Amino acid sequence: MTDKYDAIVVGGGHNGLVCAALLARSGKQVLVLEANDQVGGAAVTREFADGYSVSACAHLLYQLQPSVRKDLKLSPKLASEDMTTIALGDDGQHVRIQGKHVDGVSDADVDSFRGFHKRMTRFANLLRSYFNKTPPRLGTSDFSDLLTLGRLGIDVRLLGKTEMREFLRLIGINIHDELTERFESSLLKGALSLDAVLGTHLGPRSPNTIMTYLYRLAGDHGRTASPIGGMGSVSDELAQVARESGVTIRTGMPVSRIVIDNGRVAGVETASGERFDSMTVISNADPKQTIIELVGARHVETGFTHRIHHLRMKGNAAKLHLALDGLPTIDGLSKKDYAERIVIAPDEHYVERAFNPAKYGESSPEPVLEITFPSFRDSELAPAGKHVMSAIVQYAPYEREGGWTDAARQEFEAAAIRVIERYAPEIAQRITASELLTPVDIEREFHITGGHWHHGELTLDQFLFVRPVCGAAQYRMPVDGLYLCGAGAHPGGGVSGAAGRNAARAILSREKAA
Amino acid sequence: MSIQEVHQGRLRSPFHSRISALDTVNQWHEWKGYSSADALYCEDMEYFAIRNATAVFDLTPMTKYRITGPDALEYIDRLVTRDMSKIKPGRVAYAVWCDDRGQVIDDGTIFHLKKGEYRLCSQERHFAWLQTAAIGFDVSIVLETEDVAGLAVQGPTSFTVLKTMGLNGLEDLKPFGLMNFGFNGVDLMVSRTGFTGDLGYELWIQPDKAELLWDALFEAGKLYGIRAMGTHALELARIEAGYLAAYEDFLPANATVRNGRTRSPLELGLDWLVDFKKPNFNGRRALAEEKRNGSKWRLVKLDIEGNKAAHSSYIFSKEKGNKREIGFVTSAAWSPVCKQNIALGTVRMPHGKVGSNVWVEIYYQREMHWSRAMAKATVVDKPFWFPPRRGAMPPGPY
Repeated sequence: MTDKYDAIVVGGGHNGLVCAALLARSGKQVLVLEANDQVGGAAVTREFADGYSVSACAHLLYQLQPSVRKDLKLSPKLASEDMTTIALGDDGQHVRIQGKHVDGVSDADVDSFRGFHKRMTRFANLLRSYFNKTPPRLGTSDFSDLLTLGRLGIDVRLLGKTEMREFLRLIGINIHDELTERFESSLLKGALSLDAVLGTHLGPRSPNTIMTYLYRLAGDHGRTASPIGGMGSVSDELAQVARESGVTIRTGMPVSRIVIDNGRVAGVETASGERFDSMTVISNADPKQTIIELVGARHVETGFTHRIHHLRMKGNAAKLHLALDGLPTIDGLSKKDYAERIVIAPDEHYVERAFNPAKYGESSPEPVLEITFPSFRDSELAPAGKHVMSAIVQYAPYEREGGWTDAARQEFEAAAIRVIERYAPEIAQRITASELLTPVDIEREFHITGGHWHHGELTLDQFLFVRPVCGAAQYRMPVDGLYLCGAGAHPGGGVSGAAGRNAARAILSREKAA
Repeated sequence: MSIQEVHQGRLRSPFHSRISALDTVNQWHEWKGYSSADALYCEDMEYFAIRNATAVFDLTPMTKYRITGPDALEYIDRLVTRDMSKIKPGRVAYAVWCDDRGQVIDDGTIFHLKKGEYRLCSQERHFAWLQTAAIGFDVSIVLETEDVAGLAVQGPTSFTVLKTMGLNGLEDLKPFGLMNFGFNGVDLMVSRTGFTGDLGYELWIQPDKAELLWDALFEAGKLYGIRAMGTHALELARIEAGYLAAYEDFLPANATVRNGRTRSPLELGLDWLVDFKKPNFNGRRALAEEKRNGSKWRLVKLDIEGNKAAHSSYIFSKEKGNKREIGFVTSAAWSPVCKQNIALGTVRMPHGKVGSNVWVEIYYQREMHWSRAMAKATVVDKPFWFPPRRGAMPPGPY
C-alpha cells in the first residue's frame, strides 16, 4: 500500500505535532507516524502501577513558548503554576525561591539574589528571542541570515557596556564560580547548581553551566508549571489541534527507514512494511537516529556522518516514580508546599560530588533530586487518598560500567530513597509501587539515542549556529527534502515546541523562495 | 611488564637483499617508512628498460588496505566517485576519493579480490579517513602493507618474461584484470596494472616468498633485458603516461590547510571517474554544484616547444604584452621516448582548452647564471605515451 502526502513527520513528539499542525494550517496534507501507542514522545502520561499515573518522562512545563501557544491557540490546564522551588535543608530549614525572591537565607543573599536574578533574566530574555528564529548561518551571503546575525550583535551590544562584558564573560563559564562569588547560603547555591545541570552530563563546575542555567530560565521567564493530567495532557491537546488542522496521526507505526531516491527524500517505510510517499520528510527523532539509522550513512557525506556520530548525547538523568499510600511528612513543609517543586541539593559541593562518579561510568551513591507530587493538586493521577511522586534523579550515566542490571537499578533506586529519607523519614513505608527509568529505559521507551532529553548535550559547541552540527543548523539536513524538527535542532529540549515551530516556518519559507 | 620494541629506523622491504645487491649508486629515500631506491645504477638506463625491455620496481611500501564485510561494496561505492558495482571480482579499478566538499583526498587502485573482498592501494595513508567513512557500515578495514610484497614488472617484454617464468594462461589477462597462480606452494596474484603507461603487470605475494619470486623473475628475464629500477625512472614514465601524483599534481585535501589549494576530480581531468548516476558518493553534492556552476581549475597536458624541461613554470595566456599568469606547471620532463618536451599543469578556467596555445616561462641555469625563456605550448588531450601494446590481447611476444 502506498499513500502520498505533502509532508510526513517521523515521530509524534510535541515538536513533531507542533510542526505538523503548522504545516497543515498552511494547506498541506500531513501525516504523523508515531512508534508508540500514544503521541507525545517524552511528554506523555502513563500508568506505572495499578491506578497510579504520572508524567513518564518530562514532568514540569517551563519551556512552552508563548509563540507556540499563540500560533496554535493552546491553553494547557495547569494544576500548579509559577511554582516555588523549595530546597530542602536540615531540620526543616528550607530555602524557597520564587522569581526574584528568595526566602530562608541571609539579607545579603536576598539582595544578591535579586541582582543575580535580574541579570540572568536579562540574558535569558536575549536568548529567548533567538529561540523562535532559525539560527543564521555563518559565512553566508544570505540576506536574512546576515540580518539575524547583525541583529544578534546589536542585541548583545544593546545590553550596555558592563552587561555585554558580563554576558560574554559568563556565557562560557561554570555556575559554581559565579555562585561562590555571590552567595553565602550553601542550600541556595546547591539549588541553583541543580537548576544549571538538570538533564545534562555536566556538574556545576563544568564549563558552560551558566549557559544551561540561562537556557532553563529562558524558557518561560523561569516559571515552572505542572499540567493537569500530567504532561500527556499537553501532547493530547497538541494532537487534537493537529487533527483539527487536518493532520493524519497514526500511532503504533514505527518508521524503520526514510526512503532516499537518487539523493533526495522519497518517503518512509514502517517496520510493518508499509510505504508512505512524500517529497518532504521531517524527523522528530534525534539527529543520530535520523541520519545513521533511518537515512543511513551511505546517503550522506562522511564528514557529516562523523559529526553526527560524535554528537554528545548520553543521558545522565533517571526518572523515579513512586506510588505512595499517603503524602510523606517532610519537616518544615506546610500542606500546600506539596504542590511546589522540591529539590534535594543541600550544597554546591554535594551536586559536584554526585556528578563525580558519573564521569567514570558509575551512578551517584548520593544523587540529587527534583521532586514533585503531581497528585496533590490533581487527584485523577492516584486512587483516592493516595499519591504519586515524580522525581528526576541524577546522576545515572547512560553508559554505566557493567550496564543497568537489575541489581544496579535497585542500588540506584535505594540510593535515591535513602536521600529522600533524610527529609521524609517515613517515605519507604509509604511506597506501594515504584518505577525507575534510567537513560537506557528512556532510550528504549521514548526512542531517544542515549536517553538524553535534549537530543544532544546543550553546550556551546552544539548550540545555535552549530546545533545539531555545523552544516545542518537550519532544520534542513544535507539530503534534499529532509528536515529535523526535534530537540536535536535549535534551540533544544524541554517541552517548548520552538524547534517544531521553527522547522515548520523554515520549510514554508523555503518553499516560498523556491 | 614487557616492553615491546618499536622499530624506529626505516623498514626494509622483503626485496631489500636483492635490490641492494644490484645497487651501485646508494641513493635512497623514505617512502611511508620504507627505504626506497631513487635509482640503482643509472636512472636513464632504468627508464629505457621500461620502454624497451622489462623494468622491475619494488612497490611493497604502497599503502594497502583490506576491506571486507557484508557492506564492503556499498562502503567503497560511497567512498569513491566511480560506480564500483560495475567492478566484478577479479577486476581492478583506478579510483579517486573526495572529502565532503568534493576535493580530492587521493587516487589509487581498488582490487576486487573476490566477492565482497577488496584491496585499496594508494601512495598515501588514509586509515583515519577510511575508518571515519565506515561509520554506519558493517565493514572491516585492515592495514596490510607489511603483509603483502609487491613488484611492478613493466615494459614490452614483461609478458614474455612472466610466461617464461611459468605463468601459464597469462595471455588471457586483460588490462585491469586479476589472475592467481601457484608459486612455490603459495598464491601469486598478478594484475595487469601499472604506473608506466606501458604493457606491464604487478605481482603480489606473501613476504616470505618475495626473494624466491625475485630470483625466478630475474632468471626468466635474463634474455629479455630485465632490470631493476628506482623511483626516478618511474616518475618520468608516469608523466609520459599522464598519470597524477599526490603532492605534485594535487594535494590530498585532508592534508591541505590553505583554501583553494585543493582540486576536485573535475579539475584534475578525472570527470570520467565521477559517476553522477550513482545516488550518492562522498562529495557528490559539492561536485554536482561545481558541474552546474563551472570549475575553477583545469588540469592540462602540455606539449612544449624546445627541449628545456618546464619545471615549476608559470603558465601565461600570451607571450608578451598584456600577459596574464593563468597557472603553473606541476610535473615536467623531456620525454626521451616521445622526443617531446612535456608537462602537466593546472590553469584557471576557462583557459587551457584542448588544442589551444599557452606560454610557459622556463627558468634554467647555465654555469651559475639563471636565464628565462618563454616557450609556446599546446594543450593536448591524449597521454603522451600510449602504445598499442599496453592494451593488446594477447600481448605480443618479444
